[in-house]
Amino acid sequence: MSMGRALPHDSGPLHVTGAARYVDDIPLPGGALHLAFGLSGCAHGEIAEIDVSAVRASMGVVAVYTAADFAVMPDCSPSAHDEPLLAVDRVHYMGQPVFLVVADSHLAARAAARLGRITYRELPAILTVDEALAADARFEQGPVIWAKGDASAAIAVAAHVIEGRMEVGGQEHFYLEGQVAAAIPQEDGMLVYSSTQHPTEVQHKVAHALHLPMSAVRVEVRRMGGGFGGKESQGNALAMACAIAARDTGRACKMRYDRDDDMVITGKRHDLRILYRAGVDDAGRILGLEFTHLVRCGWSQDLSLPVADRAMLHADNCYHLPAVRIESHRLRTNTQSATAFRGFGGPQGMLGIERVMDHVAHALRLDPLVVRKANFYAAASAPGGRLPPGPPEDSFQQRKEGVAQTTPYHMPVEDFVGHDLVAALEQSSDFQARRAAIAAWNKGSPILKRGIALTPVKFGISFTLTWLNQAGALVHVYQDGSVHLNHGGTEMGQGLFQKVAQVVAGVFGIDAGAVKITATDTGKVPNTSATAASSGADLNGMAAKVAAEVIRGRMADFLAEKHQVKPGAVRFADGMVRVAGETYDFARVVMWAYQARISLSSTGFYATPKIVWDRVRGTGRPFYYFAYGAAVTEVVIDTLTGENRILRTDILHDTGTSLNPALDIGQIEGAYVQGAGWLTTEELVWDGKGRLSTHAPSTYKIPACSDRPPVFNVALWGQPNREDAVGKSKAVGEPPFMLGISVLMALSDAVAACGDGSVYPALDAPATAERVLWAVERVRDV
Amino acid sequence: MADIAFHLNGTQVTVTGASPTRTLLDWLREDAHLCGTKEGCNEGDCGACTVMVTDEHGARVLNACILFLPQLNGKAVRTVEGMSGPDDTLHPVQKAMVAHHGSQCGFCTPGFVVSMAVAHAQGRRDHDDVLAGNLCRCTGYAPIVRAAEAAATAPVPDWMRTDASFLSAKISSGGEAAGRGGQTAPLAAFQPTTTNALADWYATNPEATLIAGATDVGLWVTKQFRDLGQVGFLGGIADLQRVDRDGDQLRVGAGVTITDLMAAVQDLHPSFAELLRRYASVQVRNAATIGGNIANGSPIGDGPPALIALGATLHLRRGDMRREMPLEDFFLDYRKQDRQPGEFVEAVRFPAEAPALRCYKLSKRFDQDISAVCGCFNLTVEGGTVTAARIAFGGMAGVPKRAAGAEAALVGHAFSLTRIAAAQAAMAGDFTPLSDMRASGDYRMRAAQNMLLRYHHDLAGLPVDVLGVAP
Repeated sequence: MSMGRALPHDSGPLHVTGAARYVDDIPLPGGALHLAFGLSGCAHGEIAEIDVSAVRASMGVVAVYTAADFAVMPDCSPSAHDEPLLAVDRVHYMGQPVFLVVADSHLAARAAARLGRITYRELPAILTVDEALAADARFEQGPVIWAKGDASAAIAVAAHVIEGRMEVGGQEHFYLEGQVAAAIPQEDGMLVYSSTQHPTEVQHKVAHALHLPMSAVRVEVRRMGGGFGGKESQGNALAMACAIAARDTGRACKMRYDRDDDMVITGKRHDLRILYRAGVDDAGRILGLEFTHLVRCGWSQDLSLPVADRAMLHADNCYHLPAVRIESHRLRTNTQSATAFRGFGGPQGMLGIERVMDHVAHALRLDPLVVRKANFYAAASAPGGRLPPGPPEDSFQQRKEGVAQTTPYHMPVEDFVGHDLVAALEQSSDFQARRAAIAAWNKGSPILKRGIALTPVKFGISFTLTWLNQAGALVHVYQDGSVHLNHGGTEMGQGLFQKVAQVVAGVFGIDAGAVKITATDTGKVPNTSATAASSGADLNGMAAKVAAEVIRGRMADFLAEKHQVKPGAVRFADGMVRVAGETYDFARVVMWAYQARISLSSTGFYATPKIVWDRVRGTGRPFYYFAYGAAVTEVVIDTLTGENRILRTDILHDTGTSLNPALDIGQIEGAYVQGAGWLTTEELVWDGKGRLSTHAPSTYKIPACSDRPPVFNVALWGQPNREDAVGKSKAVGEPPFMLGISVLMALSDAVAACGDGSVYPALDAPATAERVLWAVERVRDV
Repeated sequence: MADIAFHLNGTQVTVTGASPTRTLLDWLREDAHLCGTKEGCNEGDCGACTVMVTDEHGARVLNACILFLPQLNGKAVRTVEGMSGPDDTLHPVQKAMVAHHGSQCGFCTPGFVVSMAVAHAQGRRDHDDVLAGNLCRCTGYAPIVRAAEAAATAPVPDWMRTDASFLSAKISSGGEAAGRGGQTAPLAAFQPTTTNALADWYATNPEATLIAGATDVGLWVTKQFRDLGQVGFLGGIADLQRVDRDGDQLRVGAGVTITDLMAAVQDLHPSFAELLRRYASVQVRNAATIGGNIANGSPIGDGPPALIALGATLHLRRGDMRREMPLEDFFLDYRKQDRQPGEFVEAVRFPAEAPALRCYKLSKRFDQDISAVCGCFNLTVEGGTVTAARIAFGGMAGVPKRAAGAEAALVGHAFSLTRIAAAQAAMAGDFTPLSDMRASGDYRMRAAQNMLLRYHHDLAGLPVDVLGVAP
């Protein structure tokens, strides 16, 4: 059985030898041209003049485009038609593409792009959420507000009211492979290679730019050198520019952003400010809670609305909020257009409630874990059943009534495993004993202080735009028994292709290595959704399973008839087909089926069941299921400089019945470290003019090797998904990212150990050494 | 310029007519069509372009993105394509990377494989240091380190040992001949082999750009598209790369790499060596030189504060004229040094003993980051009284600079917490640090002041380093 095996990444041998081919490695026809954008040096202004004479005169330049060269400017936006490929009349952020250079080499194009002289009539630039609020610069007419119960009334009568605010920084994706695309003119259309998570979107956008039907554009993606959401919409511009230049010159065109350009042009994770007001009882249980999210979306809409929605959708995390109101402002600023990034707003929303838990615990002088547990949703009931009545002291209404508690968006939480999972992690990580040991250690250590925290994760799985929850696949079985697999998902390193191959191999009872993995291709599987929302394996695995089962069914029918048995009696396993006491090679049966003129090719299609969602009212079941996890992180800080590091991490994470435990653990380890980076060293800094100062790895610091926890224990929860997801597995791409929140909470714990408990550390994110030092001083200066 | 000849994955190649500032990475990918070596940042910070370069000093890793072709003359280069054996046998680290799930997207993997293979050949097990210059965004590094551990005991494959044998067939540099004849073409690259030759040439070509490791100059080309005009490559000058003990002093040639300096001070000045361990990455330390770190004049270089705290003397040379000065006097103002046209840094000399030297580097990330503040302290305390003080900072002013007020507040007084408070107050008058993307000015000042307190605790034996805390 190939499903569930810890097989290595299918491309592992290619990766380690340098043979794995990325877009920039694909040999292009002779005479290929290279593109670069000339960028805006002004955050907001009217373009007075674009002088590209020096650009045109620069060595190797073949063509230069400005807005004047387009009767109608093609639009790059994935959502709102508000992103011209090149700035028209006005620039909206520093780094916006204003002109396009086509040259005979990458270096020539980049060098020439620096020679443009753009003059602006500067306009006031809105850079911060405060400025945007003051100017009422926003997307949608006003804030989005979702509510359950009367939060304000509940807070008014609560024994304690805890209020606060938190700044949460954004995050640069820093995929190691920058944005890149290439276009090769065809006799009747365009072939595009793109490093994109969303080939269909690129196809759609290129067709739009070329005024061609989508059928005339084919997009191929074998792999990306990392995506993390940064290649969901941000690659559109490059593919469109290449396609336009390729059409006009008749030559292959390639564009890749230099790292600095990539960071300056493309969107990042949304930063935001979270305001909170919680009414709690003496045990720290939340009775009413109000959140305000001030989300800095940047200059264009891009995916900001669903991102901000998902932040709201995760404002509860694992906690039952009897009365809650969430107000979300999607603010327009003259900065890069913030975009999808692993978790898609979920991490920001979840950080808010974890901050509340930490703050409540501190204010009430309670153990934060006790407060967290006190607020947990009720445990999962048997599938489909009602919850057992709660213990008599439980005052929560839903619990008394024995129905599942609901989220702030009124979805019953039927599968909550947090109680058991956290209890298991507490034990395996020796949490309580270590917490006591740390307290003792801190007493004897005046300069260095340790901290520890356990935080849980509940992450909703499904696209909240319901129609995206569909996928297609194409499976061919060739007459020699070899299997060709194609589906709509893209490989960005997560091991999706291997997982889906394991699913298909499982259907045929053959070795996973016998399934040929092929590049994502809009000509093979159409109308795909982005590989995003952690849904890659859920959707494409199911679609591929359906396709394979169709073919297997035909083979079984054929053999069953031949042997006069029922088709269900034909067994596919270990590379063999068994029927009526006979055992045949899979390939032999395939050949017979072919000779019997049976179709050995099939598409497969899958649409996620059960989901309904009204995003305007904020009600429904946006998620098929939830994925869970929890992490314990221990840190140490230096109270003189704020320097800090992770000492140990223990994780228990729920991937259902894992399709591939090795790949799942890889996702968990990687996501945790990426989440830790978001909340510690990864700081984006814009200057007062709106220029991003941290636009290269010299100034923007993702975790390095020594930043990983020196002790790093990761285990899988291992219980099957209650829902009928592929192989009873659960999605794994995004949920473990939020395990990184435990780092910030452990830092908060360490800082709190520096004071007498009267002042809450109120650590903003990212908790750089500087922020930690100031927090230490805050709790000490009393 | 003249032909450049080197060995590439075991085969000799000759490059003709390339610009002297063409990078190895571009040449590999665009001309040699070896696309395994990746461009991740084009500035030497991510390691995706890591290659192995072997010369008479042995094999080392370098970043191909900021390595100019003339720097390879007569050397042997091995890329990821050359890490597996002639019959495509995988290197033990390649096998381990597959088996331990060390690659996800795979884009950083070739760089990791090269770093790991070179470290494997050297028997290194300090994986965090070995890999500090290779960024991975997918795995969180844990499986990569597991792979490195798993491969550690495997024998070094034969093909990893062959490159040294190619060096005997070294091809002499045409640039050197042209330089001696004084017939340098406008774009010529001068590649002297002696300091004397460099001195003569540079005195008559004072507008030329000197390139040692190219870890900074490389970016002038890859990021700023600067035309460097005439360039002189210093990598072949053996007598500029010497470390000599001179009585109670150590004399370090300007061409000594940070890697070699680190080895030279490991036992003498362990705290300086630890600072150098956090100086960029292995790839950068293997290329960057102490002379470049000083001559560059950056206010945030890590070498100068430590050397100033040690009381280093700088040796400058122009033609046959030599002069020396206390290192701190070399730095006049932001990016302005006391260096005449045609004059270059020849060496730096500093005491071989300074038991109280402590160097503290403060950066957003521990490894491979530029200092927000680099504070180096060297006090002489006799009978409880401070008799001499040298305190130097990077990141606190436009130049590496001594904390004169703080030093004065300490000298002649007991080394006590009260006196430290006075020195901390005095330090506020020594510097007006700026705010930038690395830190605010206020934070820089507070951290610098606190470093003095840390120094006191450190000398007293109190744990002050989060890196020293065991899990």
